[in-house]
Amino acid sequence: MSKVAIDLAGVTKSFGDKPVVNGLSFTVASGECFGLLGPNGAGKSTIARMLLGMTPPDAGKITVLGVPVPAQSRLARKGIGVVPQFDNLDQEFTVRENLLVFGRYFGMSTRKIEAVIPSLLEFARLESKEHARVAELSGGMKRRLTLARALINDPQLLVMDEPTTGLDPHARHLIWERLRFLLARGKTIILTTHFMEEAERLCDRLCVLEHGCKIAEGSPQTLIDEHIGCHVIEIFGGNPQELSSLIRPYVQRIEVSGETLFCYASDPEQVRVQLRGRAGLRLLERPPSLEDVFLRLTGHEMEK
Amino acid sequence: MGEGFAAALPANPWNWIAVWRRNYMAWKKVALASLIGNLADPMIYLFSLGTGLGIMVGRVDGASYIAFLAAGMVATSAMTASTFETIYAVFARMHDQRTWEAILHTQLTLGDLVLGELAWAATKAFLAGTAITIVAAAVGYSTWWSVLYVLPAIALTGFAFGSLALIVTALAPSYQYFIFYQTLVITPMLFLSGAVFPVTQLPGTFQQVAGFLPLGHSIDLIRPVMLGHPVGNVGLHIGALSIYAVLPFFISAALFRRRLMR
Repeated sequence: MSKVAIDLAGVTKSFGDKPVVNGLSFTVASGECFGLLGPNGAGKSTIARMLLGMTPPDAGKITVLGVPVPAQSRLARKGIGVVPQFDNLDQEFTVRENLLVFGRYFGMSTRKIEAVIPSLLEFARLESKEHARVAELSGGMKRRLTLARALINDPQLLVMDEPTTGLDPHARHLIWERLRFLLARGKTIILTTHFMEEAERLCDRLCVLEHGCKIAEGSPQTLIDEHIGCHVIEIFGGNPQELSSLIRPYVQRIEVSGETLFCYASDPEQVRVQLRGRAGLRLLERPPSLEDVFLRLTGHEMEK
Repeated sequence: MGEGFAAALPANPWNWIAVWRRNYMAWKKVALASLIGNLADPMIYLFSLGTGLGIMVGRVDGASYIAFLAAGMVATSAMTASTFETIYAVFARMHDQRTWEAILHTQLTLGDLVLGELAWAATKAFLAGTAITIVAAAVGYSTWWSVLYVLPAIALTGFAFGSLALIVTALAPSYQYFIFYQTLVITPMLFLSGAVFPVTQLPGTFQQVAGFLPLGHSIDLIRPVMLGHPVGNVGLHIGALSIYAVLPFFISAALFRRRLMR
């Protein structure tokens, strides 16, 4: 098996005259969890579609599991499991029937599918729901069934488009735990997300996108160190403009997002001194996170 | 874009069966309601027009009017069953239910998927047409042995209309557009193709148009058999229906590819 699961080289895609993906290149190694991070409309879903051969690129080369895509995307898809952004389970079918029908799409015999169903149900923690109709399942259960369904062909690679969007925190943590289990078993995962916490917890490496261009790439920690590298103080409850002019001399950088002020300071104590005695202000000091990277790299465009 | 077009073709001769089986499994859950839905319309036409008009009309082509009409209704029920499955149910699976999206994420190609849908639409047409044939034989409008000869013609009719409706589904932006196909194509075809009265009653130009319509070819195959007459031009009718079954399928596959794989 090749060491490279996905390779994109100079991939470009426009819809009409609107560029969606712009000269994008990245490589995902086998066994890696790779995240595509970016604001809405950054081209994440288009890239996921391109990996499956559903959207042909205008230019550039895509190789998935050692196979050129879209030329031989059918071959590539035999080794891929997909968790789409929106649930597309068969609502009128039971949990079991959904797995049965999906296995047949991969050319599996009924007997072979029935042999793997118990382990998939166990993986998805849906043993007791085997004969329940999809319409009766909670959002988290549906996602877990979609994940189990994506594993029916024992894929080497999982392509996930916003796997936990719309889930409550409990359901989300359960999905993350299940994904880490898959990574420990050697699966390769590429996921798109705009949850920083998801990217930080799961991804070995990520690529930050904006308007279809790569604006940063690396491990979450590398990105945090490179782009932030100091403490963060979040301030809310005051006038952001007034406060920012007050503390600007004492910090490296300030970002305003909504009514929150993000101060990046190597000496947070100086900021605290400046703000001492001001009523109604709430300060939160914390180590830098991926969200700070995201705000720094992609925030400026939103100001326009 | 040569390699891209391969996606619109079936990858092999059997992949479509998985799609057919998915639809069969969904249908089994609502089989009775679905069959009644497919049969009610042609049965109402058959017995109301057949008895009501039959009194005034007398005999047509050497048969009672209701027997004449029964053969027309067999072909019509195959046409409508196949058409409605393809425009409404296929569109729902492609659009609202995202069933197609899930299928296209597997090793199936778009061509496998469209072929599976077509085969399923033809199956529903086959069930509806066969049921009417059996009713017609049971009440004595045709002989029992003729049922056997009519079955392949019903299936072929199902494929032809499923294939045509796939083009409509591939082009329609929303459900609202299907009404045009129903009222401007399907309903006129019913009256132009000799389903309820002989084509010879039409003005000459319309008779020529009727010669090109798939429903006319279907009726020309089915009616003589059911009435115990010799069938003329078998090759022409089968050939015409086959063209309607095959050509639109490939056109629709190309249109679906343009619509879905941008």
